[in-house]
Amino acid sequence: MTNLLWLIPLLPFAGAALNAALGPRAPKALTTAVGVGAPGLSLVVALGALWQYVTAIHPGAVEQTIYAWTAGETAIDVAFLLDPLSAVMLFVVTFVGFWIHLYSVGYMSHEEGYQRYFVYLNLFMGAMLLLVLGDNLLVMFVGWEGVGLCSYLLIGFYYDQKVPPEAGRKAFIVNRIGDFAFLVGMFALFSEFGTLSYRELFAQMAANPAQLGADYALGLSLASFVALCFFVGATGKSAQIPLYVWLPDAMAGPTPVSALIHAATMVTAGVYMVVRMNVVYEAAPGVALLVAGVGAATALLAATIGVAQNDIKKVLAYSTVSQLGYMFLAAGLGAYSAAVFHLGTHAFFKALLFLGSGSVIHAMGGEQDMRKMGGLKKWMPVTAWTFVIGGLAIAGIPGFAGFFSKDEILAAAANEGHWILWAVGLATAGLTAFYMFRAIYMTFFGDFRGSEEQKHHLHESPAVMTVPLMVLAAGAVFAGYAGVSKVLAFGRDVNWIHHFLEPVVGGHGEAAAHGEAVHGTETAAHGAAEAVHHLSVGAEWALIAVAVVTAIAGILVARAFYGSGRGVEDGEDVLAGKLGGVHNVLSHKYWVDEVYAAVVIRPLAALSRGFFKWVDGFVIDGLLHTSATIAELTGDLGRFTTTGNARNYVLYFFIGIVILFFGVIL
Amino acid sequence: MVPVSWYLLLAALLFAIGTAGALTRRNGITIFLSIELMLNSVNLTLVAYSRLLDDHTGQLVVFFVLAVAAAEAAVGLALFIALYRHRRTIDLNRINLMRW
Repeated sequence: MTNLLWLIPLLPFAGAALNAALGPRAPKALTTAVGVGAPGLSLVVALGALWQYVTAIHPGAVEQTIYAWTAGETAIDVAFLLDPLSAVMLFVVTFVGFWIHLYSVGYMSHEEGYQRYFVYLNLFMGAMLLLVLGDNLLVMFVGWEGVGLCSYLLIGFYYDQKVPPEAGRKAFIVNRIGDFAFLVGMFALFSEFGTLSYRELFAQMAANPAQLGADYALGLSLASFVALCFFVGATGKSAQIPLYVWLPDAMAGPTPVSALIHAATMVTAGVYMVVRMNVVYEAAPGVALLVAGVGAATALLAATIGVAQNDIKKVLAYSTVSQLGYMFLAAGLGAYSAAVFHLGTHAFFKALLFLGSGSVIHAMGGEQDMRKMGGLKKWMPVTAWTFVIGGLAIAGIPGFAGFFSKDEILAAAANEGHWILWAVGLATAGLTAFYMFRAIYMTFFGDFRGSEEQKHHLHESPAVMTVPLMVLAAGAVFAGYAGVSKVLAFGRDVNWIHHFLEPVVGGHGEAAAHGEAVHGTETAAHGAAEAVHHLSVGAEWALIAVAVVTAIAGILVARAFYGSGRGVEDGEDVLAGKLGGVHNVLSHKYWVDEVYAAVVIRPLAALSRGFFKWVDGFVIDGLLHTSATIAELTGDLGRFTTTGNARNYVLYFFIGIVILFFGVIL
Repeated sequence: MVPVSWYLLLAALLFAIGTAGALTRRNGITIFLSIELMLNSVNLTLVAYSRLLDDHTGQLVVFFVLAVAAAEAAVGLALFIALYRHRRTIDLNRINLMRW
């Protein structure tokens, strides 16, 4: 089925088009069938293609050119590529995407704009699949912008309220900054190599490594410049410092949207891009280190903010920012397969957590404040226990998915000797465990703190919502076993995902099927596989033990504060009193939004107002008004001749004749 | 034979009188008469030249002008009657609906 690759992105697009054509008054069952059926079919085709691809004896990358976009020598095609990296992404996007679509049927059943929602969601799936399956940077960019658009549309889904449209605008504008850098990076590559196709780019880089190292602009080498541009692009889409501020606000959208777009798929596009361009990052070690540093800093910063949030979705939003930081930490350290692995496991458990929170919000009638929840496990056991599984997975408890992927990242940091990054990662892991279980205890344990009316309404969600929860919970447990590290497997080499991704992200061995694994360059030789196992097995076990102890300690601290409904007194978080000023700083998110408003937004707004008043209002409008006034004045002069008196016209006629007469004669 | 210039002078005089009447009078019918005067001054010129040049085309044209003038008189008078029924006047100073 790999020859049906083109069908995978096309199906959701077709679903969106069909639902849009059917209109909002179409029967709900039909809208549902189209809206869920299209990604469902897409999932079936994707699974078929993946099965054929993975079971092939020598899986070479599958390429499929749909049509030539540009004519001439520098051809850019609309083409799809199925290689190990896009295969992993394809699986995550279609699988998680389908279950979230199904869940949405239940979640959105009472909402206005049911059909519009599915149009947007299908459109998003199509764009996301375009992004991951694209064979060149331009197709990726089209998908990149497409998912950005759908993100904007879905954040602002409740357009009749005040906050969501503003959040949507914020997301869109912040992303523009990143997209600009992405474009610049793309232009730089195109001007140097004359192509945007991954295969040709990497082949040229491998053939001529010196070109990457040559000075390009701003005192940076070509590799560094391009790597930096792409990373700035990634900080926008994947919510890293300094452009992370849009993601927490994006929670204004419907919860399944948060799960699909702002946790599992779209926000990981930046990680995918960095991993895809790994050849460039290998040639730019300085920028790679910056990526790791920014990732680690984002992970820690977001985790600390997450501790002080009371809105259940905000906790998860900051958690997402934090986990994305982990992925960039891994990618920056050259542990690309670990980054993609964490991306995959994170997609499962974070989608699960978001859908769980959606189930809670659904039952609470729209309430998102955890201080008004509590004891919900009594009413909604499936939601509660799947949420706990998600919590255990993200906290990194052994046996669950997050443990394996997080362990790989921490091991990569330790193996590279970046102990500071390792310590930051470890601290983040502890904080993650703490804030997740704080949320779990506040939401599901203790006594109910909401109103009687809410209590009366509490119910477990319908099967259409709980089944996706259970499926994703299974994923949150078992996805981790795709990448059990050598140490954890007691020396056996069972790290499937690592070997699977090797042809794309390099590592030891021959330049694999792709010619992508650059080996000629000095700097490119540091694939993750080679770097791993500098430490002794005993030391690795010790590090794992430290990580696990930290995670468990985080959970126990959360239990000590919040267990049995202790954490909330008089509707306030007890932590606020205990931490005092620190809590104030955290709950205000370090005033980053306020600083941005003061430093960037207000000066820009003032500048815009200045332009509006002086350039637009004075110069442009002035020119227009002047020409209008001139026309009016000449008109005023002219209309004095139009007296309406026939005898005057006769006079004009006569004068005209006389002038003509003498004109001809003289 | 009377020199042709006399006819031409008379025609010019009639034309000038007609023009002055058309421009200064307020009564629609008077203006109408003035225009007839102008037309006939032209007729006179045509006939005079026709005789001088011994060419009948000029006289032919005069018949056309007379026919058109008759038709014009009929239409014009009908218009003035219709106008009078509506406005109770044919004073052109007071009929200026086309004003801005």
